Amino acid sequence: MSVIYIVLPIAIVLAVAAVAAFIWATRTGQYDDMDSPALRMLNDEEEPRA
Amino acid sequence: MATDVTTTAPDTTQAASSKTSVNDLCAHCGLPVPKGLINPEADRQFCCHGCEAVYAVIHRLGLTSYYRLKERQAADRQPARTTGAGYTAFDHQAFIKRCCEDRPGGLRCTDFYLEGVHCAACLWLVEKLPSVVPGVIEARLTMHKSRVHLTWDPAVVELSQIASALDSLGYPPHPARDVAASAIVTSENRRELIRIGVAGAAVGNAMILAICLYAGYFTGIERQYETLFRWVGMGIALIALAWPGAVFFRGAWSAIRTRTPHMDLPIALGLTAGGVAGTVNTVLGAGEVYFDTLAVLVFLLLVGRAIQRRQQRRSADAVEQLFRLTPVSARRVDGQAITEVPIEALQVGDTVELRAGESAPVDGQISLGESKLDQSLLTGESRPVGVTVGDAVHAASINLASTLHVRVEATGERTRVGALMRLVEESTRNKAPIVQAADRLAGWFVAVVLTLAIATFAVWLWLDPAHAVDHAVALLIVACPCALGLATPLTLAVAVGQAARRGILIKGGAALERMARRGTILLDKTGTVTLGMTTLARWHGDESIKPHVAAIEAQSSHRIARAFAESLGTEDDTCRASEVSQTHDGGITGKVDGKALAIGSTDFIRGCVSAIPPWADDLISQITHDWLTPVLIACDGEVRAVAGLGDTVRPDARQAIDNLRRLGWRIGMVSGDHQEVVGHVADTLGLDPADTHGGVMPEKKVDLVRSYTQQGPTVFVGDGVNDAAALAGATVGIAVHGGAEASLAAADIYLSRPGLASITELSRASGRVIRSIRRGLVVSLTYNALGVALAAAGVISPLIAAVLMPISSLTVLSLAVSTRAFADKGDRP
Repeated sequence: MSVIYIVLPIAIVLAVAAVAAFIWATRTGQYDDMDSPALRMLNDEEEPRA
Repeated sequence: MATDVTTTAPDTTQAASSKTSVNDLCAHCGLPVPKGLINPEADRQFCCHGCEAVYAVIHRLGLTSYYRLKERQAADRQPARTTGAGYTAFDHQAFIKRCCEDRPGGLRCTDFYLEGVHCAACLWLVEKLPSVVPGVIEARLTMHKSRVHLTWDPAVVELSQIASALDSLGYPPHPARDVAASAIVTSENRRELIRIGVAGAAVGNAMILAICLYAGYFTGIERQYETLFRWVGMGIALIALAWPGAVFFRGAWSAIRTRTPHMDLPIALGLTAGGVAGTVNTVLGAGEVYFDTLAVLVFLLLVGRAIQRRQQRRSADAVEQLFRLTPVSARRVDGQAITEVPIEALQVGDTVELRAGESAPVDGQISLGESKLDQSLLTGESRPVGVTVGDAVHAASINLASTLHVRVEATGERTRVGALMRLVEESTRNKAPIVQAADRLAGWFVAVVLTLAIATFAVWLWLDPAHAVDHAVALLIVACPCALGLATPLTLAVAVGQAARRGILIKGGAALERMARRGTILLDKTGTVTLGMTTLARWHGDESIKPHVAAIEAQSSHRIARAFAESLGTEDDTCRASEVSQTHDGGITGKVDGKALAIGSTDFIRGCVSAIPPWADDLISQITHDWLTPVLIACDGEVRAVAGLGDTVRPDARQAIDNLRRLGWRIGMVSGDHQEVVGHVADTLGLDPADTHGGVMPEKKVDLVRSYTQQGPTVFVGDGVNDAAALAGATVGIAVHGGAEASLAAADIYLSRPGLASITELSRASGRVIRSIRRGLVVSLTYNALGVALAAAGVISPLIAAVLMPISSLTVLSLAVSTRAFADKGDRP
C-alpha cells in the first residue's frame, strides 16, 4: 500500500500539469471564440495559390 | 470606385458560373430575381446591384471557391450590399489615434464590425483578405459578433483601401470604437473560465480523495493513509477556496462594508465554517473533513454565475453590434475641396457638407442651402421642418431634401445629443438598485442560520460536549445556501436565453424580475406606436393608376416617393415609366403607357391642371385634419386620385395595447410631437387622455417618467435619442426595433422584431420567471429547514450533511433549467 506515497504525488503533478495547460490555453485565447474555428476548419482544405 | 482592389489573381476559374442553369436565381446570393430585373440576354441574373458588383469582384480576384463553399452549406441566403463609400476618413490621424493600435514591426491593427456576414463562406472570403489586398497581414473574423480583427502594414496599404475592399466584397465595415473595453471583457471572460477550470480540477481530485476516505470509513483504513488523504484533500480544498473561491470572499467583504445583504455573505460564511472546521480536524487528526463539499460548492456556484453572465453578454453583444452601424465620418468643406474626416477631427468653426438622406454629425448653423430636416429622433416630432440659412441643425437630425452646408458649433459631448446622453448616464446612476428576491432572503437567511448554529452549539455543549462542534458544523453545511444562490441566476439565465431566440434581447436578468409587478407602461409615439416613417395611409379615387404611380415613384429617392413605391409594391412589372422628372416644389412627372402623370403637393398640381375638383378639395382638408400630408395624382391634366401620406399607427398596436391592459397594465403615451397629433393617435388606440402627454421636450421626458415611477413600476417603451434618458430612468426601459444607438444603450431590453406584440410576451414571461424562481427558493428553503432541524437534533453527522447538500443543489438546478418562460418555440407566427 505504501506505493500510494509515490502514486499520489505523481497524480497531483499530472493534475497540476493539466490545470497549467488549461490556464495556458485560456490565456492564449483558445476559448475566446467557440464558433468560427469550427467553420474555418471546413474552409481551409485547399489553397489554390499562395 | 468601390472596387479599387489590386488584382493578384487572373480570372482563371470560371467553373462555378456553370451552375447558374436555374435562370431566375441570383448568381451571387441564390435568391429569386425580380421579374423586372431579368435580362434575357445575359447568362447570369442578379437580384440586385450589390450582388452583381460583388460577383464581379469575386471573379476578378479569383475567389470563386466561395461559391463552391456556399453550395455545400445550406446557409441562409442574403443579398449582398455594397455602399461604394470611400472610407477616406479611416486614414485620418484622429481616427488612427482613436481606433487603431500599433503593433511591433510597424504594423497596425483595428477591429471592424461587418454587415452581411451570415455563413461559413463569408468567413472564408473575409479571411482571404491578406491574399487579395497586399499589406494586410491577417484578418480574423469572429462569426457570432461579425467582428473582424485586422492587422496590416501601414507602409504598404492604407486602411481606407482595406475598408473599400471589404465593402466591394459585400461586407461594409464599421469601426469598433471599444477596442479597449472589449479587451477588458475578453480578459474578464478568460479569468472567469480559469477560475471554473481550477475549481473543476479541485473538485475532481478532492472527490477521489473523499471516496478513498468514505471507503475507509466503512471498511477500515490504516491511520497513516487516512492522515495522508486528509492532508492532501485539505491542500486541494484550500487552493480552491483561496483562488477560485476568492470571488465570494471579496463579494462578502464588500457586502459587509456597504451593509447590503448579498448572496456572497452566507456563501462565504459556509465556506469559512467548513474550511476552518476541516482544517482544525485535519491538524488534530480527529473529526470530520468536508473538503470535497467545499470544492463542489465553489465550482457549482461559479458555473451558475458564468452561465448567467454569458447569456446577458450575448444579448449585450447583439445590441452593441446594432449600434455600430452609425456614421462616424463627416465631409469637411475646406474652400473648394471637400475631405472626408472622422467626427473626432472636426472643430468649432469648420463647415461640413450634409447631403440629402444623411444624419447630421454635429450641432451647427446652416451657412448654405435650404432643406427639410427630420428631427423625430431628437424631438419626437413626426413632421419634417423646413430650414434655411441661419437656422440651427442638431446632431442626429436627418436631412431630407437637398445638400446643406453647416457651420460647426458643437461636436461630440457638447452637442444637444451629447447633453442628452449625460442625462442618460445620470438616470442610470440614480436608478435605485433593485435588491433581488434572493438577496433580500439572504440577509434573513444568514441571521437565522447563525443564530440556530450558535443555539445548537450551546445546547449540545450542555448535553454532550464532545459532539457539540460536530452538530453545529453539520448544521452550517446542510444549510449552505448553494441552492438559494443558484436558483435565481440560473432561472434568469434560462429565461434570457429563451427570450433571445424570440428576438427579445435582455441586458440584465433583473429587468425580467422588475417587469413582474404590474404598473404603467408609457409608450413613445413616433417609431414605437407608429411606424416612424412615411407610408401611404389613404388612397381615394382611381385605383387603376396605382401601378403607374408606383412605376414613376420607383425612380425617385424622395421620402414621399419611397413611401409610394414601398406601399404600392412592384408586383406589376409591366409598367415602364419614361421621361420622369422631379421638380423643386414637391412634384414629380412622368409618362407611363402614353399617359402623362403628375404627382405632387396641392400647389404643384394646381399648376398642372386647369382646376382642382371640389371632391378633391374635401378630401384634402379631411386628410390634413387627420395629420397626414395630402398628395394629388393627376393624369393627362385631370385630378384622378388623392393620397394621404404620413406616419401611421402600427397594425398590431391596438391588439398589443388591449392585451397588455388585460394583463393589468395601465397604458399611457408620451411624445415630443404636437399635442393634437398625439391626442389623435391616442384616440384611435383608445388611450386615457389623462395618461397622454404631447409636446414633451426630451429633457422633460425623464421627469415625467420619474413622476410615474413614484406611483409604481413604470415601463417606458421608446426608440429615439430623445427617449434615451427616459428609458434609463424608468423601472424597465424597452427599446424597440430600429431604435437609435443611444436608446439601445440606455434600455434594459431591446426588441429586435418590429411591433409591440413582444411586450405582451415579455410581461407574461416575467410572471412565469418569478413563479419559477419562487418555486426554486421554496424547494431549497424547505430542504434547508429540514436539514437544519435534523442537524440541530443531532441526527445527521457532518458527513451525511456533506452528502445531502449537493442533492438540494441538483434539485434546484433541474427546476431552473426546465423553466419555460416563453411559450413554446421561437417560431410562432
